[in-house]
Amino acid sequence: MANFIQLVFAGLSLGCIYALVALGFTIIFKASEVINFAQGEFLLVGAFIASAGVFDWHLNFFVAVLLAIVVTVLIALAFERFALRRMIGRPVFSIVMITIGLDVILLHGVIVKWPQGNRSPATPFQFVSGIDIGGVHFGATDLATIAVTFAVCAILYVFFRYTRYGLAMRATALDQEAALAIGINIRTVYALAWGIAAAIATIGGVFLAMNQPTFDATLGGIALAAFPAIILGGLDSIPGAVVGGIVIGLTEVLTQAYQSSFAGFLGTNFYTIAPYLLMILILLVRPYGLFGTRKVERV
Amino acid sequence: MSASAPVATPAQAAAPRGSLRSTRGRALILAGLIMLGLVFLFGGDTWLSVLDYTLVAAIATLGLNVLTGYAGQISLGITFFMGVGAYTAAWLGGDPPVLKGDPAGLGLSFLIWLPAAGIVAALAGALIGPTALRLKGFYLGIVSLALVFIGYYLFLNVRGITGGAQGRSFPAPGFGSFSFASPVPVFGVQLTSNQLYFLLLLVVLAVSSVFVGNVMRSRAGRAMRAVRDNEAGAAIMGVNLFEVKMGAFILSSFLAGVAGALLASYPGFAAPNTWNLVLSIQFVAAILIGGVASVWGSILGAVFVFALPQVLETLSQTQSASSGGIASGDLNAIIYGALIIAFLLFEPAGMIGLIRRGQMLLRRFDDRRKGGQPARVVASSESESQLDVESSKL
Repeated sequence: MANFIQLVFAGLSLGCIYALVALGFTIIFKASEVINFAQGEFLLVGAFIASAGVFDWHLNFFVAVLLAIVVTVLIALAFERFALRRMIGRPVFSIVMITIGLDVILLHGVIVKWPQGNRSPATPFQFVSGIDIGGVHFGATDLATIAVTFAVCAILYVFFRYTRYGLAMRATALDQEAALAIGINIRTVYALAWGIAAAIATIGGVFLAMNQPTFDATLGGIALAAFPAIILGGLDSIPGAVVGGIVIGLTEVLTQAYQSSFAGFLGTNFYTIAPYLLMILILLVRPYGLFGTRKVERV
Repeated sequence: MSASAPVATPAQAAAPRGSLRSTRGRALILAGLIMLGLVFLFGGDTWLSVLDYTLVAAIATLGLNVLTGYAGQISLGITFFMGVGAYTAAWLGGDPPVLKGDPAGLGLSFLIWLPAAGIVAALAGALIGPTALRLKGFYLGIVSLALVFIGYYLFLNVRGITGGAQGRSFPAPGFGSFSFASPVPVFGVQLTSNQLYFLLLLVVLAVSSVFVGNVMRSRAGRAMRAVRDNEAGAAIMGVNLFEVKMGAFILSSFLAGVAGALLASYPGFAAPNTWNLVLSIQFVAAILIGGVASVWGSILGAVFVFALPQVLETLSQTQSASSGGIASGDLNAIIYGALIIAFLLFEPAGMIGLIRRGQMLLRRFDDRRKGGQPARVVASSESESQLDVESSKL
């Protein structure tokens, strides 16, 4: 039982990272119906700058993370301003491709800037610190991941529900023309969406890097693992992103732990595709994910 | 360079006013053929291998353009079908295992394994096809992305055929004692294996291009475009969505399977991670950069995406001293990423759009010189084809 709780805790922690990544995708998708394939590299840039801030420039951890957030947000805003704004009215797929272009540039930019590869993650914790309750080890990093994810969700909830710009973003997501008609500045909304997504991605990247003793430029690939999460929850649903992330995290960890004893013939790396299989199963029943909005098509 | 080869002919080559009939069009095609011929004769193994690789990629790009460009079904999973085709080819055509633990092979002829690679991949496409009836846009895109990961898992674990993580050898195409992989004299001229492969791939690509071009001008092709432009509208007009989507998946997967088999048999080796997501995304980039829903666009896109980085690489190797400590691969990747962005920003119709615009300018120039009315710019339906998933709000 203690083992099971330990696994659920690990799954929850991993799921929270997926949720942070998925939130970034969802916020951009909700505002502009674009999947940002460069989201993974925002994680990477954030984690690298935080790490460089702590170890190379000898900053305080929190200052370094703040610096990382500022840099990634600036990259996102510049990209939104100079590339995406010119793409208004173009086919969505072209816009997606342009984010892939950004992804390539960011990834190789990081490799050029920090060619030595492996880095230690910036972290305020000792790697093995944490608390033990009844034979279950609750790692400090994992606890912090879960706490920060919930804090981010709470802030987003308040932002979207009570603030002027949050309401403007929801109105734009609901009906772009109506939002324009009542005087909402759509450009601000897009810029906000990209800024928020980049900031959340940086936080996600910093926590993701903390999970291992060292990390390298392949870190951004984890964003791909969050795809099942966003699809599972529904592309345009913010609660869906969080639920999807946690479900995927739990699925991955529990499959990894128990599959060898129940279905060993599936091979050792079955857990890597279990989230995708779950996603396909759910999509076959609900084509727009668990919480996604069903599109009404007009002819 | 190979890049200039197909410049002359837009997709409307068969239209009455096609460039094949004009003197300038014919001259450009001739120039392209001469360029290809020069690379063929004097390019040496470096340039020929770039060219061969690009030709294989063009076949797969064409396949993806059928599904994504013409029929509008977003797919990031083309490498899965390429992998299925490649391993079918390896199983049917590979040498029978010598040691215990060697991957299986039946040692059949090239004339069996190449079509079979396409057919088995097409069957896999037919299995996936029905999913596309339920899913739309990015939901389908991400499910197809999942195929790449599921495929990787399968290829790792079905060791009897794929050789597991170490990969396996692939058969070289050939008839009887003649093999495309070994240099032989043809009519008294000694041809290298790269040159032989070039001839083979050129034939396969030409046949596929003509076939796809003809299908797309037929009733089936028009139905695909109708489904892409407005699915509900097409259904109301009497287009059978199931038939059209299945058809697109099957044709696309067939070409992908053939390309996969050729891609693996050219170096004679492939491991499961050959069929990865980055390669899939490169094919999507190729159709967007080359031109959506255009045969020549597929070929140009393949040249841009698959040949250009290697050309940059080869050129920068010859003067690597000046690069100043930055690994040329990373620098090239950054240039490549910036080019993708620039192309999408400034030429949304892709390279084929750029060429059409150039032709339009030339035509206007001609008309003015003849003293007639300047030609009106008439937007043909072909050049307007865009991939509008769920019309962009951004």
